[in-house]
Formats: sequence, structure tokens, C-alpha cells
Amino acid sequence: MSIELTKIIEELDLDVQAGAEALHHEVTGVYVSDMLSDVIAHSGAGHIWITLQIHMNIIAVARLKEITGIIIVNGREIGDDVREKADEEKIPVMGTDMNTYQLAGKLYAMGVGSADEDV
Amino acid sequence: MRMFKADLHIHTCLSPCAELEMSPRNIVQRACERGLDIIAICDHNSGENAPYTSRSAENTDLTVTYGMEITSMEEVHILALFENKQTMLSMQSLVYEHLQGVNIDDLYGDQVVVNEHDEIMGFNQRLLIGATGLTVERIVHEIHELGGIAIAAHIDRESFSILSQLGFVPEGLNLDAFEISAPERLEEYGDDYQPLVSFSDAHTLEGIGSSYTKFYMEAANLTEMGKALHGEQGRGVFI
Repeated sequence: MSIELTKIIEELDLDVQAGAEALHHEVTGVYVSDMLSDVIAHSGAGHIWITLQIHMNIIAVARLKEITGIIIVNGREIGDDVREKADEEKIPVMGTDMNTYQLAGKLYAMGVGSADEDV
Repeated sequence: MRMFKADLHIHTCLSPCAELEMSPRNIVQRACERGLDIIAICDHNSGENAPYTSRSAENTDLTVTYGMEITSMEEVHILALFENKQTMLSMQSLVYEHLQGVNIDDLYGDQVVVNEHDEIMGFNQRLLIGATGLTVERIVHEIHELGGIAIAAHIDRESFSILSQLGFVPEGLNLDAFEISAPERLEEYGDDYQPLVSFSDAHTLEGIGSSYTKFYMEAANLTEMGKALHGEQGRGVFI
């Protein structure tokens, strides 16, 4: 199921930390990983990416893979340099106090990127 | 100038994952038998056995470099090499300040501090296998502030490597070298990552010197090693 990113932000009360200009894109699936090499290998265009990595490289990976938005879990926050880069690249970065499992569960329950989706 | 055989990534029994046989005295003896000129002690997030290893080598031709294998918050391993005990200890203080947790020895292994006479000086209780709260950028910066050398560890491995964790080498990160564990993969990495070095990452006596890099330089010290890595004035490194 495809859903607009703003709907997800609203539903899960996510904190938009960067890339506020680009919240109206469609989300087609979700990928969860903290190894950026794995995200490069396995995520897809239109995905939301859930991670706890806050390194600058997440923005480049998101751009490379045409990811719709990054959600940072466990209340972590990106630094100013990452925020600026995300704004520049128009990559939305959202934060939540939920952990990866809780957040993924909620997205799954909303029907985002169903399990049988072929990524 | 001449060639120096260097294995700059060796763990001692202080690393929970290393064998107890990896005492400073045994390591020095094996390194000498293997014909190495320089070794570096790089335990996980600690340098406590490095001074003892240096003392063990006092009446030998072996040079022992003070090092550490630091785990960044992104879970990237960085080898940090220092000229002397003081600068290594400064880095160790910073690492300890940003390292949380207590070791569970029956799960991860003992973290034994052993002196040059094979005497147990104590057990390190910190969770040395854990990740620090320091970013890779901060770690590399602090190493350089202390006059040290920063090397991305085992970039050819699927875990704890800068490539596995961060996908690619962050722009502007001023690493002095890139280590591969498998020297036969030189061609695969040599075009993109320079200078490339290979060390053993030994956790057992048998492993010491199983992979090493030749440094062509004036003398066995950290300044010369830095110059060799940067290819200054005819110096260089060769796998």
C-alpha cells in the first residue's frame, strides 16, 4: 500500500527534524537496517528507512536509493551539519522515541509496505 | 632507508576475544621469531597492555607501537597508533569517558592486564567490546591532535568496517590508511583506497605476522611510519 509521508508523520506523531519541504511524497515500503552497506544493497526507491544511525552518510545513502524519508529511533537527534545537508537534499528526517520494533510494528499495522511486497 | 616488516594490529589477552596465551612476553617472542621489525598492540578500546609489551621488547630489535582499536558510535573500528605512552593514555582517557557498560567475562571472555613477566596485574572491568559514544570523525580528529596515526580497520570485512557500517568513506575524513585483512584482495581495494595496508588482527600467537606490511623508511618510529604511509620523500608501504 502506498501512503503519503505526511499521513505517517501525523499518525505516529513523528518529530520532523529536517527536509520539511519534501513531506508530500509517497511511501511505497519500509526498510530497517543500521548498516548502510546493507541499505545500499537492499532498500528501494520510495521506502521509509528506519535506523539509529545519525552519521552524515545517511543522507547520501537516502539520496542514492531515492528513499522518501528517514526515521531515527530511540529519541536520537541528528546534528546541525546533517540537518543542513538533509534540507539541502530535500530528504525528510523524522525522529521518534519509539524503538525500531515498536515503530516497525506500527507501520506494519498501518499497512505500509506489506510483507509480501517484492522489494 | 630500508624495509621494515610491520604487523600493526595485534590483540593481547586484554581483548576479551583474544586467547590468554597473548601475553606481552609471548607476543614479543613470537613477533621476533616471525622476523617482524615493528608491531602495534591494538586492543579493543584500551591500551593497558601496550606499555608492558613495549617493556617486554626492551632487549630485542623489535619496536612496539602503542595502539588501540577504537569502536566508534557507528560501530566502525579505527586503529589508533601513538608515538608514546602519554599520548596513548590521553586517547584512552577520552575513550573510557565515552564507553559504557561492564564486561561479562563468562560471555565475552576475560580482559586480563599482564605485565612483561607474565604476571597478572588485574582484570579490566569495562565493556571493552562495546561501542564508544564517539563519532568516527571525532576519533580521527583526536588521534591527529595527539600526533597519532588513524587507520580504518579491516575494510574488507562485513562487520565493524567503515564500509559495512557507513556504506562508503565519509567525505573529508582524514584517514592515514585503510587496512585489509586478506592481502590477496589488494587489487579489489587498491584502486579506491590508498594507502592500503594489511595486518594480521591476531587474536592468537599463531596469527601474529600472518599478514604484514613492509614500510620503506629511515627508522622504526611513528613519524617515519606516517611519512611512509603518505609516500613522503621516497618512502612508501607495500603489501
